[in-house]
Amino acid sequence: MKALSICDLKKTYGTGLEALKGISLDVEEGDFFALLGPNGAGKSTAIGIMSSLVTKSSGRITVFGHDLDDDPEAVKSCIGLVPQEFNFNQFETPLDIILSQAGFYGIPRKEALENAEECLKALSLWDKRSTISRMLSGGMKRRLMIARALVHKPKLLILDEPTAGVDIEIRRSMWQFLREINRNGTTIILTTHYLEEAENLCRNIGIINQGELVECSDMGSLLARLDLERFIFNLATPFPVDVEIPDYKIVANEGVVLTVEVGKGQGLSQLFSCFGQQNIEVISMRNESNRLEQLFIDLVMDESSGHQEEKQ
Amino acid sequence: MSRSLFGRYTVALQTIVYKEVRRFTRIWMQTLLPPMITTSLYFLIFGTLIGARVGEVEGRSFIDYILPGIILMGVISNAYGNVVSSFYGTKFQRNIEELLIAPVPNWVILAGYVCGGVARGLLVGLLVSVIASFFTTIHVEHWFVTLAVFVLTAVLFSIAGFINAVYAESFDDISIIPTFVLTPMIYLGGVFYSIDMLPSIWQKISLGNPILYMVNAFRYGMLGVSDVNLFVSFAIIVGFIIVLGGFAIHLLNKGVGIKP
Repeated sequence: MKALSICDLKKTYGTGLEALKGISLDVEEGDFFALLGPNGAGKSTAIGIMSSLVTKSSGRITVFGHDLDDDPEAVKSCIGLVPQEFNFNQFETPLDIILSQAGFYGIPRKEALENAEECLKALSLWDKRSTISRMLSGGMKRRLMIARALVHKPKLLILDEPTAGVDIEIRRSMWQFLREINRNGTTIILTTHYLEEAENLCRNIGIINQGELVECSDMGSLLARLDLERFIFNLATPFPVDVEIPDYKIVANEGVVLTVEVGKGQGLSQLFSCFGQQNIEVISMRNESNRLEQLFIDLVMDESSGHQEEKQ
Repeated sequence: MSRSLFGRYTVALQTIVYKEVRRFTRIWMQTLLPPMITTSLYFLIFGTLIGARVGEVEGRSFIDYILPGIILMGVISNAYGNVVSSFYGTKFQRNIEELLIAPVPNWVILAGYVCGGVARGLLVGLLVSVIASFFTTIHVEHWFVTLAVFVLTAVLFSIAGFINAVYAESFDDISIIPTFVLTPMIYLGGVFYSIDMLPSIWQKISLGNPILYMVNAFRYGMLGVSDVNLFVSFAIIVGFIIVLGGFAIHLLNKGVGIKP
C-alpha cells in the first residue's frame, strides 16, 4: 500500500511565488524516504501541504488511501509531524505539551498518559517531563518534538530537518531511534541538509529543486550513477609531489593523506601497485563519505543552470 | 479510527478548554487581579464617595444602579481579552500548528477558545460581584435573565476577540480594538448612567451602541429596570453571536491569518 501519493501538486503563494510547480511522487508503506533540495526548493511547502499547515493551489494528496480533500481528519490521524522550527509552548512542560497534543487527537487522558510516558522514555526525556520546556537544551527540544509527533502512534512520520543544530552524539542517537521505529513499521519521510544523514538512513530519495521534482529513485540506483568515486588514503610516508599515478587522478596530496578519483569499474589494483613501487605503505583507506552530496550538487546545479538559460 | 467522532471531539474540546483555563489561572496576577482592583476603585470612588452625592437613579442608589454595568464591563473586557491574547499568542509562537495538524474540526477550535474566554469572563464577573458585596447588598430580580445575559455576553465577546486575533499580525493589533473601540463603547453603553439623562440626540446615537442593550438587559435582570426593550436586547445579543460565530468559522475554514 502507498503511504503517501502526491499527484501534480502545485502551490502559488499570495505573493505570486510559485513554490511547487506540479510535483508527483509516491512513498510506499514502511519506506524511509528522503526529500532533499536546496533552501527554498519547496520541501517545507510540500510538507506543510501534506500536514494541513499550508493550503494547496491544486493537485491531489492521499495518505494510506485517504484523500486529503475528502477526508482530511483521516489523513491527519495517520500523520505525525516534526517541524523544522520549535513550535511548542515554551512555557509548558514536556508532559503537558505531549498530553495536549494527544488530547487534540482525541486520545482520552489515561491512554494519553501511557503514550506520553512511552514516548518521553523512548527519547530519554522522562526525567525532564516537569521542566519548563524553554529550559531544555536544543537537542532536548528537538527530541521533544519527535516525542510529541509520536504520541498518537502515527503510521507516517514526517520530519523536517530534525537534526538541524544538534551535536553528532545526539544526531547518531536520533538516527538509531528513527531506524528502530521504521523497523517497527512506521513510514518515515525526512528532509535534511545533511546528505550523509539521508545516505545513512533512507532507502528512497526525492530531490526537489525550484518547485519541481528533479529526481525520485532508490538510493542504490542513484549512487550507482556516480561515474567517479573518491578514495582517501592514509599513508605511512608522504606521497611524492612530482609522481603521477597512470590512469588515476590525484585530487589532493596532503603528504600522508592522498585523495584519488577512481573511475566506475576501474578497480584499485593498479593504484596499490603504484604505492608498492614507491615503497609507500597504506595504513588505511576510505570512501569519501558523502557520495550523495556530489550527485545532489550535480542534479541541483544542472537544473539551476538550465533555468538560468531558459530565463536568458 | 476506533473512537467515535463524538468521543474524539469531546476530548479535543476538553483539552483546549483545560489549556485555556490553566493559562489564565497560572498568570492570575495579570488576568484576575487587575479587574478586581479596578472594580474595587470604581465601587469606592463612583459608588461610595461620589455616589452618595449623586442620589438615586431610577429609584435605586447610584452604587446599585452602576453595579450591573460594572460586572458586565468585567465580563466583556476579560472574555474578549482572554481569547484575543491567547489565540494571537498561539499564532505568534506557532503552536497553533499543534491544532492545525490534528484532526480537530474548526468549530471545536472556536468552541474551545470561546469556552476559555467565557470561563475567564464569568470568573471575573463572579469575583467582581464578591467585591461588590462589600459595598452594597447584591439583589437579583430575574435570575434567568441575569444568567442568560451574563453567559451570552461572554460568548459574544469571546467570539469577537477570536476574530480580532485571527486578523492580528502584531501585538499592537490585539490592543487597538480593545483600547480604541471596545472601551469607549462600554463607557458610553450606559454603565454609569441612564440614557434618559442624555440630550435626545445622544439618546438616539446611544441606541446604535450594542453594548447599551447588553448592559440594560443585565440591569433588568438584577434590578428590574432598563432603558431598552428586553426582547430587542436578546435579539441583538443572539444575532451578533450567530453572525460573528459564522464569520469566525468562515475565517478558520479559509485559513485566514493561520494558513499561507
